[in-house]
Amino acid sequence: MCRAKVIPLSPLQLEHLDFDYLESIKIPFFASYISAGFPSPADDHMEERIDIGKHLIQNPTSTYMMRVKGTSMIDANIHDGDILVIDKSLKPADGLPVVCFLDGEFTVKTFKRIGDKAFLAPANPAYEPIELTEEMDMRIWGVVAWVLHKPVKQ
Amino acid sequence: MTTLFALCDCNNFYASCERVFNPALNGKPVVILSNNDGCVIARSNEAKEQGIQMGEPYFKIRNLVENKLVDAFSSNYVLYGDMSDRVMQTLSQFTPNLEVYSIDECFLDLSGFSSTNLLNYAWEIKQTVHQWTGIPVSLGVAPTKALAKLANKLAKKSSKANGVLVLTNPFHIRKALEATKIDNVWGIGRQYATFLKKRNVHTAYDFTQLSENWVRQHMTVVGVRLLKELRGESCLDLEDVAPAKKGICTSRSFGARVNTFEDLQEATASYAARCARKLRQQKSCAKVITVFVNTNQFSERDSQYHASKTICMPVATSSDMELTQYAIIALKAIYRDGYLYKKSGVYVTDIVPENQIQYDLLDKVNRDKHSKLMGVIDNLSDRFGRSKVRVATQGFKNTWQLKSDFKSPFYTTKLNDIPTVYLR
Repeated sequence: MCRAKVIPLSPLQLEHLDFDYLESIKIPFFASYISAGFPSPADDHMEERIDIGKHLIQNPTSTYMMRVKGTSMIDANIHDGDILVIDKSLKPADGLPVVCFLDGEFTVKTFKRIGDKAFLAPANPAYEPIELTEEMDMRIWGVVAWVLHKPVKQ
Repeated sequence: MTTLFALCDCNNFYASCERVFNPALNGKPVVILSNNDGCVIARSNEAKEQGIQMGEPYFKIRNLVENKLVDAFSSNYVLYGDMSDRVMQTLSQFTPNLEVYSIDECFLDLSGFSSTNLLNYAWEIKQTVHQWTGIPVSLGVAPTKALAKLANKLAKKSSKANGVLVLTNPFHIRKALEATKIDNVWGIGRQYATFLKKRNVHTAYDFTQLSENWVRQHMTVVGVRLLKELRGESCLDLEDVAPAKKGICTSRSFGARVNTFEDLQEATASYAARCARKLRQQKSCAKVITVFVNTNQFSERDSQYHASKTICMPVATSSDMELTQYAIIALKAIYRDGYLYKKSGVYVTDIVPENQIQYDLLDKVNRDKHSKLMGVIDNLSDRFGRSKVRVATQGFKNTWQLKSDFKSPFYTTKLNDIPTVYLR
């Protein structure tokens, strides 16, 4: 027969744990979880993988996407089916493609500055550049930050 | 330190969201319809000028819409929610303390900014929000929240203010109070307005001249707080971010009347899954689930039936499978044949954080597996759209689905829905 053992405990030995404390315990993150054996030499060098989204989108709050239909900007390297990453917080700078709303639809033109005049230029010799003036009810919707283009059309 | 608040309010928010991605709508009358395309819930200024009322049933304006005199949209809460987030995030860089008051309103604590040129700062806020999101906003700045609200209203109305009004000068504050009808004061409902007008209180200024005792006696301590606020003494602090919800309800009226158990089951299961998803988003689980069904109480021809059933589940959960399973058990208990159902809903309560669940000794559910599966489902929903992967009881017929015949695309949250740029 076996007798229950009495283990004397003094209140001083009891550690007080409340829920706040329990919640704040964080489990450390390791590359490998081997219980015995040699630890991975990479454990000390863990970093987050590259997040392409973070790279493409500097300011998520002001970033929007649009899909390209048509070919009039081929010379500016924008192709049919491409996805444009557009940042509305960017100021148009010379030579950057911008999205604008013209004749009832969204389109892309290259922003050009000549002297103190600003133009929206197509990348197509068949079209004339449009001069931007104060009176014009034409707002630039956003600046194209990236053109996402597949190497082969799918 | 003197207090200073700004109320930033989006102008005709829902209509403005539609206009960002469809600029051709600028300057045209636009209305947004309620769930089920029942009635008008938001209007552009041009639509207001045409005399279209808030709450006007759709059939009364159908003619205008079909003749292209008014553009109507079904409510697109996915889009409005995302645009609201963008506006609030843009605002958050102008002050560390802000209170998102509603989908289109936000209080900013500008105390400590009193030495800056407030008018310039307010303009900068307005212009930045417009540049980043395309949404036009109005700002009212004043020493208290109630005055900021009042300033905001005046900023919108006055063409001189053009959307920004700073009320810090006592003389200007008095002018503003005098120009505000008592009906338009934040927190004064219709009954109080009628009551006050009978006592010759017609403007906000008249109200500030009342004695504190009189106001306490007739309008409780809430009235006194408003009185002090309008006199320039701040009593309302910014409220912190809403705590995790104590109860979550998903309920809709059906697009068509529903009378078979299968259709009702599809709808109810879908609502239960919506609740489950909302629970997972706030990292919590619910222990109690209630299902209710209603017939159309406004129809005099139909026989009426209302019922609900509450089930206490063995272990708090946020799994689609478990919640739909219990929702269907509850539905079976209350379903009666022979009624035309108009509405059903699922309500979950007893919500606890997901890391503080009380487990059951005899629990047979493999919770680890469930939570992994739910993670995968949430991932797929984020990528391919809501309910692409679902519990089979949610069904595929969707006869109960809401009517939303004029819904705009999810321009900012779904890759297939992004706007097209034409290069021709």
